[in-house]
Amino acid sequence: MLRHLAPLAAVFALVAPAFGETAEEPVTTYTLDNGMEVVVVEDHRAPVVQQMVWYRAGSADETRGVSGVAHFLEHLLFKATDNLESGEFSEVVAANGGEDNAFTSYDYTAYYQRVAADRLELMMEMESDRMKNLRLSESDILTERDVILEERNQRTDNNPRSLFAEQMNAAQFLNHRYGTPVIGWRHEMETLSLEDALSFYGTYYSPNNAILVVSGDVVPEEVLALAEQYYGVIPANPDLPERIRTTEPPQTAARRLTYKDARVAQPYVSRSYLAPERDPGDQERAAALTVLAEMLGGGTTSFLAEKLQFDNPTAVWTGAFYSGKALDKTTFDMIIVPSDGVSLSEAEAALDEALAAFMERGVDMEQLERIKMQLRASQIYARDNVDGIGQRYGSALAIGLTVQDVQDWPDVLQAVTADDIMQAARDLFREESSVTGWLMRDTEVTQ
Amino acid sequence: MKRLFVSLILLIVAVPAWAEIDIQKVTSEKGITAWLVEEHSIPFTALELRFRGGTSLDEPGKRGATNLMAALLEEGAGDLDAREFARRKEELAASFGYGASDDSVSVSAKFLSENRDEALALLRTTLMEPRFDEDALERVRAQVISGLMSDAKDPNTIAGNAFSEMAFGDHPYGSSGDGTIETVTSLTREDIQTAFDNVFALDRIYVSAVGDITPEELSALLDELVGDLPETGAPMPGPANVAITGGNTIVDFDTPQSVAVFGQTGMARENDDFFAAYVMNQILGAGGFESRLMTEVREKRGLTYGVYSYLAPKTWGPIYVGRVSSSNDRIAEAVQVIRDEWSKLSEEGVTQKELDDAKTYLTGAYPLQFDGNGQIASILVSMQVNGLPIDYVTTRNAKMEAVTLEDVNRVAREFLDPENLHVVVVGKPEGMEATAGN
Repeated sequence: MLRHLAPLAAVFALVAPAFGETAEEPVTTYTLDNGMEVVVVEDHRAPVVQQMVWYRAGSADETRGVSGVAHFLEHLLFKATDNLESGEFSEVVAANGGEDNAFTSYDYTAYYQRVAADRLELMMEMESDRMKNLRLSESDILTERDVILEERNQRTDNNPRSLFAEQMNAAQFLNHRYGTPVIGWRHEMETLSLEDALSFYGTYYSPNNAILVVSGDVVPEEVLALAEQYYGVIPANPDLPERIRTTEPPQTAARRLTYKDARVAQPYVSRSYLAPERDPGDQERAAALTVLAEMLGGGTTSFLAEKLQFDNPTAVWTGAFYSGKALDKTTFDMIIVPSDGVSLSEAEAALDEALAAFMERGVDMEQLERIKMQLRASQIYARDNVDGIGQRYGSALAIGLTVQDVQDWPDVLQAVTADDIMQAARDLFREESSVTGWLMRDTEVTQ
Repeated sequence: MKRLFVSLILLIVAVPAWAEIDIQKVTSEKGITAWLVEEHSIPFTALELRFRGGTSLDEPGKRGATNLMAALLEEGAGDLDAREFARRKEELAASFGYGASDDSVSVSAKFLSENRDEALALLRTTLMEPRFDEDALERVRAQVISGLMSDAKDPNTIAGNAFSEMAFGDHPYGSSGDGTIETVTSLTREDIQTAFDNVFALDRIYVSAVGDITPEELSALLDELVGDLPETGAPMPGPANVAITGGNTIVDFDTPQSVAVFGQTGMARENDDFFAAYVMNQILGAGGFESRLMTEVREKRGLTYGVYSYLAPKTWGPIYVGRVSSSNDRIAEAVQVIRDEWSKLSEEGVTQKELDDAKTYLTGAYPLQFDGNGQIASILVSMQVNGLPIDYVTTRNAKMEAVTLEDVNRVAREFLDPENLHVVVVGKPEGMEATAGN
């Protein structure tokens, strides 16, 4: 959930693959006395710096009844503080030729600025200010609540595919907050109050719940000195709750749903399975699933494309998606978009047949080698993506992974064997933990 | 305004450090030129080719041919069919992207230094020996048609297409370059081959490369890769008759949030006032929270998540357009606020402070764009397509700084045309009427 208008996500880009991780960058880490973590990644190719502050608080940390409050608060952090007028934060960044934004996910909320390297101190001064000094008014609440409702309209309610995905998630998670949309359910968003926002702010926004990631043309010792000056003086919150969430009970019943909408032009079948996430020091299963997703549905040469788009064409498009970057159990997703004249039930059957054929045949070793070659190359290409570096470390640390985990990830991926992949697939494809959804035109008859 | 941050005031006047990039002009033996930035610290190269003309070169009745042709370029070439080609590309870990837009077809490639020759040989086959196999044609055609079906029920696309049709009429700009379900259904392999011959020629090629490659290597690469392309392609489409008049067009569509595209006649990039207009738009509606439209429509009234405007200096007919989305019961107010801001800027101009802030932002943010080989290659090739000089990167900020308050306010007065600002709304807008004749 970006605070800015961003281009609408591509139709099928459900989860970005967790590729492109690399251990090449020089990384320095510190922990301030108040518990705030500091990560500095040097890249001296251009005199630019990116500051990101990540809070270990996202929509899945909300209490029941106030869905969307994490994202609402993210918007409100651009309002007045003790020291800045409402809107002044972004105004100052812009007046310094910089760009700023923020985003909220299930597991974290992050704020960032990209600016000429000599402006880092000013950015820290302002970012540290709004960690504690927010001064919200009732009128801020009313206006900004309208904005997030329009954001929900734009991202979700105006888009049947998003509404369908929301229902799929809600069905997948029986007891975990990943089943509640980050932006919130509309009826709860409509009642979000000043009190709700301040309660979330007071609970989660403190240095001992934050990670500072500075990447670019900087010297680590200088970043540390500035961090101590601006963030180091903020007291830790002694009452920060431990991050314990409700967990999923054993999933014992396959779920099915149909979503019908007159705005659907291209029906399709979506399938998700509950899947393990990356854990500190324990990333092997997630790595195997990452390779499995690529192998099954990563493009023209993938197994599903071969079976369903080439050998026996029943689909216009197929795909498989998985990202292990989550604090708790996540999902592995597949999609089949049927060809003209192929029904959804035929498409679903074809998908299941293809999966069975994959389990029967096993791993094509040449394909595994090609995937590993691409993973190796993606480390080289990733070094060129300066923006992505802060994102990579911040999103990992915010879900409890370590810098070491981030740097080990490319090697863990390279070490994945055919046996690992098949074992991960056998564990994954349990009908009882699956959700199968049909996105349909509202005139269609369920077969 | 409270300002405890004393350092702010000082910093605002400073000019950000400048990212030095050294652009070389390389000319091959066969006379093909390219702009190059050598960057040897990461062992790969980004190569960007652009061919002027784009989907506007579609022949009559063949709308969508260029788009489908571009989508087929990596679906088999030379000795390799679609699947063999994809496997080969994966073995090399190269990435090739082919895109078609109104004014150009682009080829974007990234390849590792360790297998550059093999990657380029593979890329070459797509430009010199495309296969356009029947089975690939049918498969990709079905994907394009599936996309067109979705577009027909997507309010954003409906709004954009309706505005283009209104603004450009029969010119290729007046319809989607993806074609229609009817035209795409009827395209033949010969039509695809014709579209290919129309686009890929040396009289319209622009090239840039950024990364781990020397001028000598690039020079040899150019001749090998595209040196055998024909000299000439299809004639350009010619200017559009842009006829945008005031009023509202309403496209009825059952969805909770209306999508509006608003706009007027634009300004060519070559126009002496283009920089002033660019700064003016920064103040009125460019992205970010500082623009007047964002302040008035979102920050003060909460009518939308996003509103923006931009100059679209298309080769054959520039327009000045923007977008906003608001729920059906609030879109009328959002559109009225935008119309009011258009008039207000035209009548009253901007303040010195607004101008100064916009210039500081635009000059400061410019170097931030040069952040990665692929990104820089794309910027460099666009500069060539737009006829900008090779030293533009170092002179651009001075030109921006030279824009005066008088310039901006004169442009606001002469260029902005509130009477002829047209709004297309897709949705079920309450309290809005379509203008007669639309």
